Amino acid sequence: MSILVFAEHDNSELKSDTLKTVAAAQAIGGDIHLLVAGHNCQAVAEAASKVNGVSKVLVADNAAYEHQLAENVSLLVTELAADYSHILATALTTGKNFMPRVAALLDVAQISDIIAVESSDTFVRPIYAGNAIATVQSLDSKKVITVRSTGFDAVATDGNAEIVAVDKVTDAGISSHVNDELSVSERPDLGAASIVISGGRGMQNGENFKLLEGIADKLGAAIGASRAAVDAGFVPNDMQVGQTGKIVAPDLYIAVGISGAIQHLAGMKDSKVIVAINKDAEAPIFQVADYGLVADLFDALPELESKL
Amino acid sequence: MKVLVPIKRVIDYNVKVRVKADNSNVDLANVKMAINPFCEIAVEEAVRLKEAGIATEVIAVSIGNKSCQEQLRTALALGADRAIQIETDENLDSINVAKLLQKIVEEEQPQLVILGKQSIDSDNNQTGQMLAALTGMAQGTFASAVNVDGDKVNVTREVDSGLQTIALTLPAIVTTDLRLNEPRYASLPNIMKAKRKPLDVKSAADFGIDLTARTNLIKVTPPAQRKAGIIVESIDELVEKLKNEAKVIS
Ligand SMILES: Cc1cc2nc3c(=O)[nH]c(=O)nc-3n(C[C@H](O)[C@H](O)[C@H](O)COP(=O)(O)OP(=O)(O)OC[C@H]3O[C@@H](n4cnc5c(N)ncnc54)[C@H](O)[C@@H]3O)c2cc1C
Repeated sequence: MSILVFAEHDNSELKSDTLKTVAAAQAIGGDIHLLVAGHNCQAVAEAASKVNGVSKVLVADNAAYEHQLAENVSLLVTELAADYSHILATALTTGKNFMPRVAALLDVAQISDIIAVESSDTFVRPIYAGNAIATVQSLDSKKVITVRSTGFDAVATDGNAEIVAVDKVTDAGISSHVNDELSVSERPDLGAASIVISGGRGMQNGENFKLLEGIADKLGAAIGASRAAVDAGFVPNDMQVGQTGKIVAPDLYIAVGISGAIQHLAGMKDSKVIVAINKDAEAPIFQVADYGLVADLFDALPELESKL
Repeated sequence: MKVLVPIKRVIDYNVKVRVKADNSNVDLANVKMAINPFCEIAVEEAVRLKEAGIATEVIAVSIGNKSCQEQLRTALALGADRAIQIETDENLDSINVAKLLQKIVEEEQPQLVILGKQSIDSDNNQTGQMLAALTGMAQGTFASAVNVDGDKVNVTREVDSGLQTIALTLPAIVTTDLRLNEPRYASLPNIMKAKRKPLDVKSAADFGIDLTARTNLIKVTPPAQRKAGIIVESIDELVEKLKNEAKVIS
């Protein structure tokens, strides 16, 4: 078997999630190649060549892949697919965007968001917001799979794979990039942070998220939010944790002013330790919390910051 | 231009599903069902395009047994003009759903197809992208803004790092994210009116597509339960526990 893993990156940095997707590929077993598709992404290729368990890094460096438009990247991956039994990408917005296109072009099903590998054709994935866990067998000859990072431990990065350029350029010519409005933050990535502190509707406004920032700075934590906090405009969309936002599983997750709807729990209930701060003792978040504090967050947060 | 909106009947988002005792699947007997929330946002967007004079007709389509007519009527009550049910009792893989929708796209020739980004039951997030590939169309997934501009549509997408705006040549596929709009409630007169709007029923078998299952559901189990936690009385106790018991902060 041979496995092609799509590398997550922003043309300058290889995302650590890729190390977990490679771990999933190792669990399947076989020769593993990494594909770096981007523009001026040589630094990413160098980093990719160090990922353990990878024997070859394919680099498609062309303006057509700069923004990883699904139409162009899916054509590239579909062309390369002939040589592989499995094609894997991380279940982040890039992979979620183009991988089903690859599956359809190959006329196979996609197995989304796997959290475990049972065998080379059987995988485990959450369904119904994580309230049920399905074991699914793929009956197709080629497997197209997206991997949920929280299910796998990152491989090390002291490898030394050969780097090979892919010269083929696939530009569908039906889509183009207009602009990005990226959130800039000095804090760790939500998906990669070992501590996450999230605020919900109880925070009342965006200004009050400052109460979380002081704590996050002391703990080296990332800041997340519930859908209600994003919908209300307190914080940007990329901070949403949940079934339809980001999935996190840090060592410590602190939920503040969040009720604990199933859609939110779906994104954080695999965290190692969960703390909930909520003034309503009946809030469902307390059912998943290891440590619950029934308190008004406007009293609790300043005190917590001062005692860390 | 015509807008096609494929929709799905799913468990109501407030219901916490249970797994069947024999682990064969989840138990949906007597469970409240509804239109998938992302599909509802898709219908709303299409209806707004019509109200803005951009869309001329909004067609809702759903694949399933007779019960999905209920959700098609919901779409009609929200403002869709007509509906198509593709009848099947099978629980189809997304690739086969996309192949059936491809046939409807060929028949109806919509300029825009708007779907939900994922259904809250299977959580696959696949059908829109697959339909885009099969029809050769461009796609704007996880949309938080859709602006039709001549023969193009600009789509702002919710991505991991923030927002990305792309321009797609029409015809194109859009999949909705939560912030695209807030769906209206259907008014009673519109619910009554929806009962008289056309709803065509076609059999999935009549499309001549091989709908053989590509996946085999081996088992469904409940998720691991977290062990019961404790309520702490103070911030001091919380900090002490996190340091000395959980050892997650120092
Ligand atoms: C299709 C769909 C997808 C969804 N996806 C997601 C998702 O990915 N992520 C997500 O989070 N949600 C998602 N939701 C929304 C989800 O159902 C809930 O509506 C949302 O999580 C609620 O957010 P919240 O807990 O912040 O708000 P609320 O439920 O309103 O809870 C606010 C909490 O704050 C507490 N509070 C208020 N004031 C204070 C105070 N001063 N001190 C302490 N506590 C206080 C209250 O007691 C309450 O428990 C989705 C919903 C749908 C339909």
